[in-house]
Amino acid sequence: DFNERCAQCSEVNWGLTDGGRFYCRSCHNVTERTREVVNTDFISNARIQTISKGLRKQEKTDGECEWYVCEGFQVVLKKQAEALEALGVCPQMKDEILCNFWRRYLQKSKQAYCNRPAGETVKALSVCESSTDVDSEPERPSLLHLLSVSESEGDLQTDCSLASSTSKVSESISVCSGSVDGSSYFMKNQKEKLRMTMPMTLSFCYMALLWLREPMTLSDLLRFVVEGHIPYLNIFQHFPEKMKLCGLDLKIFCVESWPVYEEVYNKMLELAAFLDLPRFPDITDSSFLHPDILCMKYLMEANLPDELHNWTCRVVKKIGIGEVDFLTLVPGKKPTGNVKYDVLAAAVIVVVLKLLFLLDDHYEWLLSDFAEERSKNNKEGVPYFEFKKWYKVIKCSLDVEQKKLDEERAKYLWRCEKPLFYSAKKKSKVLKRRQMVVNLQNQFGKLSGSVRPAEKPNPSSFQLSWSEENTDGSCFHGHSLKGILQEKCGLLTAMNPDYWLCTIKLCTEKLCGHLAHYREVDFPQSYHFVLRLFSFLLRIQPSCIHDEVCVIELKLFNKKLCKKPKYNTCLRK
Amino acid sequence: SSREHKLNFKKSKEVCLSYIQDAMLQKQWKRAAEFLTFYVESLEKDYSTQYMGPSEMIWRIGTEILCHHSHSSMKEFNSFIEQMKTLGVKRYLKVCLEHTFHLLCNGLIDEAYQNLSLAESWRFGEQTVIQDKEMKLIQAYKGLLDYYSWSKQKNILLEHDQDGFEDLSVEQEMHSCFRKAAVNLKEIIKIPGVWDLFVKCYVDLLEFYGDHDEARQVLNEYAYNSKFPANPNAHVYLYHFLKRHGESKKSLISALKILHDIVPSHELMIDFNTMLQKSRKRKKRRLGLEVIFAGLDYAGWKENVKAWSCLARQVKQIVISEKHLDWIKQEWSSRKDWWPAFHFSRYLAKRNWQENESLSHEKALVAGILLGKDCKYFKYVSHQGCKAQVKRFRILKKFVNKHNPVYLRICG
Repeated sequence: DFNERCAQCSEVNWGLTDGGRFYCRSCHNVTERTREVVNTDFISNARIQTISKGLRKQEKTDGECEWYVCEGFQVVLKKQAEALEALGVCPQMKDEILCNFWRRYLQKSKQAYCNRPAGETVKALSVCESSTDVDSEPERPSLLHLLSVSESEGDLQTDCSLASSTSKVSESISVCSGSVDGSSYFMKNQKEKLRMTMPMTLSFCYMALLWLREPMTLSDLLRFVVEGHIPYLNIFQHFPEKMKLCGLDLKIFCVESWPVYEEVYNKMLELAAFLDLPRFPDITDSSFLHPDILCMKYLMEANLPDELHNWTCRVVKKIGIGEVDFLTLVPGKKPTGNVKYDVLAAAVIVVVLKLLFLLDDHYEWLLSDFAEERSKNNKEGVPYFEFKKWYKVIKCSLDVEQKKLDEERAKYLWRCEKPLFYSAKKKSKVLKRRQMVVNLQNQFGKLSGSVRPAEKPNPSSFQLSWSEENTDGSCFHGHSLKGILQEKCGLLTAMNPDYWLCTIKLCTEKLCGHLAHYREVDFPQSYHFVLRLFSFLLRIQPSCIHDEVCVIELKLFNKKLCKKPKYNTCLRK
Repeated sequence: SSREHKLNFKKSKEVCLSYIQDAMLQKQWKRAAEFLTFYVESLEKDYSTQYMGPSEMIWRIGTEILCHHSHSSMKEFNSFIEQMKTLGVKRYLKVCLEHTFHLLCNGLIDEAYQNLSLAESWRFGEQTVIQDKEMKLIQAYKGLLDYYSWSKQKNILLEHDQDGFEDLSVEQEMHSCFRKAAVNLKEIIKIPGVWDLFVKCYVDLLEFYGDHDEARQVLNEYAYNSKFPANPNAHVYLYHFLKRHGESKKSLISALKILHDIVPSHELMIDFNTMLQKSRKRKKRRLGLEVIFAGLDYAGWKENVKAWSCLARQVKQIVISEKHLDWIKQEWSSRKDWWPAFHFSRYLAKRNWQENESLSHEKALVAGILLGKDCKYFKYVSHQGCKAQVKRFRILKKFVNKHNPVYLRICG
């Protein structure tokens, strides 16, 4: 325990603040000393290994140490996992799943290393070469620094075998990068192994989330990243002091763009295949990612009647996209179950809206007037859903939110307090610039009028929320679809008899990367509006949702299409 | 493709910039300042390869905002500009110059002078050579401010003279300002360009110290050197100078010739015509008529009594002498289709008579000669004039009636 005398009153009477700092009970002087937390959880977990001291322990002057790029990524993943845990993801993700995925990745990718002749500094582990099954080696010393070691323990040190690099080689390349292998990182042959990148860290995260079937879609994950709840931008701020970044490290670790859904997703598939993962845990109708459940969520967010859920379930059932085998990922060169759950659910809702309202810029308004008429005779107390009213409310909110989002995007700050230097020569210039930027920000900040605190929005799964307690009638959840349905043979069916297909034929992804080509001008404005709504919620391009809508439609109308091959004919259902 | 919509650093700064521009166009300075704070980090990624990079953007935008924002002060502006000076060495002198202008606009003459002096002493390898033009401008403006100081000293001296004081220190100060000013002003006006203010000041200095030859040469160069852009003021300055120094009518006339070509509606054309009218040379008198007619083609001269009286005088003189009526015919031929409506409508007759009797008198004479005694203008004005029993109108009526046949010869 802490036995020093207090600097202010010379007493030895210490207590601990909430932040874990020692304070003097006599004079309330707070020190900077924190208590080292010993977490016994680590030790009990058989998978967690002790740190072993390696041969490569040279600490350079200035308290720098040698570090490898993969160690850097390890820090990144650790931080991201911690953030996810703070968002409510189960701890298993960080302690087990992600950890194991990463280890497996290192094994798989390091295999490429060991075949390298001269010039390569790192020799492979005899350990990893002989291991065939990751799971069956609980006693072996870990290949790598543990994810769960706290930073206060200082250095990252890896196992001796991994780090048998000769010091003279590391000196020559340390000029071009702070890390040992940063400068040669981009020179390696791509085909043999999957080179780790920053977007790929998110693929790792998503893969782990998917494995655990956590209630977080990829669009949620990426949104949290952009909102700053999951470290990604300027992640190097979280690197330990001793890991210095410069030169080509910047190219590896410093991102200057936000991750794109498609890229992260496709990389995830690639990664899963690379790691030779088996079939993922089943996505069943009780999983969050199942279309029935996601549809429910999106219907709520889109302020649509709950009754529409029956319809989405019907569509899901009809085209078989609720089947376990359809939804569960089986990695491989040609993976199955590679489903974008969020996009799929959104597309299903769009299709249902088209089924009920047609959305050709005509019918939906007529139908709405019709429903309004009918509602005059409605004695049930539950209002009839009217498209027109819904449209007005949603458009208003959407425009406001979109405007906010657009302004936020214009206000992104990409740089942070900790500056980056490409090389030592540029250091002073970079620092000067940074100082000037800060000065200018202060000067014009004062002229901005309002004080703008850099607040992150609270992380929330729902971006738009509607309360039925609102008396202004702006919540449509409880509304009834009776206004637009009719009885036929005892069943309620849609009054709308028609449907128009977005496309007759899908394009091949090989040609252009897309299944369809969406252009706003080619389609009705109501359709575009609905796409825009979900595009905003999922933070992806309308064309992505449109692609999925095309796929669903073609499945849904498959039989009819075989009969009637006329281009863009309106279909009678 | 999704790549186009990828939000990256560059794109988000472009978007930010468009928000700034919108705010500025709508004069929402607070909002512009707000977005500027988010834009400034582009400096950390300034590759300076673009045509207008972030540092120049920030300089220009920041200046605008600070100029217009209600809460900004001169002190803040200065501190901002000092930072901008360190941003881009290629732009250093330009920023200094604009800073100076801003200080001058705010009446901070001493600060402006200090600024210029500092800029003048700046050296930066080959940049000094590349930014030569800006340097010359800096020196020129410094010269201008030296002139301004000189002028002040001169006025003090004149005051003291009146009061009978002698002030040696002021005099010395004055001379030193003169020397500094003269050197710089002389330099800048060598370069082809428009240097009106500088020329005027320089000539003023030279005249004061009695160097009339140099002054004349400077003005001649400025007016006649073909490398310099056509500049009416150059001729005006030369003319006034020659007049001040009692030059002959001949040189005065030659000084105004080019001015007539460039700016036929210049007010000096009246002086020009007056001199030409009186000339003994026929060609000059002919030119005089051309000049005065040309001037009156312009709407700005419509109610210029002096101009009309010049024309009237000359026309009268020609009519009386009965020589060179063809001159009038020539000038009138291209104008007879539109001058009547332009100058001699009945409406104008009424208005001129009501507002300016002399004007109507002069115009009536011209109308009477050019359009005959039955023309609307003449009839109305002369009638009104005679009714009011104003003598000169009676004389006018008689004159026009007498010379009516002339009209017939002109129009026929």
